[in-house]
Amino acid sequence: MDFTDEQIERYSRHIILPEVGGIGQAKMLAARVLLIGAGGLGSPAGYYLAAAGVGNIGIVDFDTVELSNLQRQILHSTERLGQLKTESAKKTITALNPDVNVQLFNERLTSANILDIFAGYDYILDGTDNFSTRYLINDACVMTGKTNIHGSILRFEGQATVFKAKAGPCYRCLYPEPPPPGMVPNCQEGGVLGVLAGIIGNIQAVETLKMIVGIGEPLIGKLLLYDALKTEFRKLNLKRDVNCPVCGDNPTITELIDYEEFCGVPE
Amino acid sequence: MAVKVRIPTPLMKLTNNQSEVSAEGSTIADILNNLESQYSGIKERICDESGAPRRFINIYLNEEDIRFLDGEKTGVKEGDEISIIPAIAGGAR
Repeated sequence: MDFTDEQIERYSRHIILPEVGGIGQAKMLAARVLLIGAGGLGSPAGYYLAAAGVGNIGIVDFDTVELSNLQRQILHSTERLGQLKTESAKKTITALNPDVNVQLFNERLTSANILDIFAGYDYILDGTDNFSTRYLINDACVMTGKTNIHGSILRFEGQATVFKAKAGPCYRCLYPEPPPPGMVPNCQEGGVLGVLAGIIGNIQAVETLKMIVGIGEPLIGKLLLYDALKTEFRKLNLKRDVNCPVCGDNPTITELIDYEEFCGVPE
Repeated sequence: MAVKVRIPTPLMKLTNNQSEVSAEGSTIADILNNLESQYSGIKERICDESGAPRRFINIYLNEEDIRFLDGEKTGVKEGDEISIIPAIAGGAR
């Protein structure tokens, strides 16, 4: 592709990286990334992906901006309280980088709409706050062969990994079934250090860019754990489970499931 | 022998808020029973009635998931590190 003079200047710090170059930048501008949730994880990830020049960003969210979001959800602002998060996110992203084509989905992700929404994207960045959507995203990614960039946070701890169908495990290889709703407290009870969302969301953004450009080693088959209190990163090995109900050799889950919605952690 | 066990945030209430504890035993099953003797109630949070880890919790010996080793029968040795890692969902709201 041909860059404008403005683009050459805007992306100059990428273009001079030998691993990225003009070819890598062109890949970013052509890339299609879907953010599920414009919240704690989706905000930093979306903001940096937009700055990087990812040319097509979709955002799925049905919430409105609340005051308690602003401790970590940096796409939004005090003056946008009450606005749809998708609209608020688009304003921030477009102000930062007009090269980005932002598509909004003001709806709850369900088995009925997920495949249509996924159709326009190659990379799915999971920044949701509940198990039902995480399993839905996982299963849809396995069924459509899309790459799922996973992040989750609680209090001072975060997890991140990349689930790429056929290349490694999926979420159900780790955790075959969601925990029963009675065993989890709600998200507000859990609490989270706001900056932690920035760390994990940006790890998701870095992994996405690496795969778009085709450099480095993505977090496939590795679970990255970050402990903010100990300032410690660890990587555990994940394996594809041949008995996985969705990506295993004899899958038993062949249709999308809408679990009862709940969030949080096993308590 | 003693090994280090990393306790996940949601279970730290049961370990007096300690994120790392020491436990004795020569297999993962021993370690879980030893944990229970020190911190009453913790085993039922990690394992189901059959004694196997619940499906939303994984146990790692060093960097490896015990499901791909010998499960609860996996042997442990001095200096090993065990991590209990539950699924967490937080992100957006």
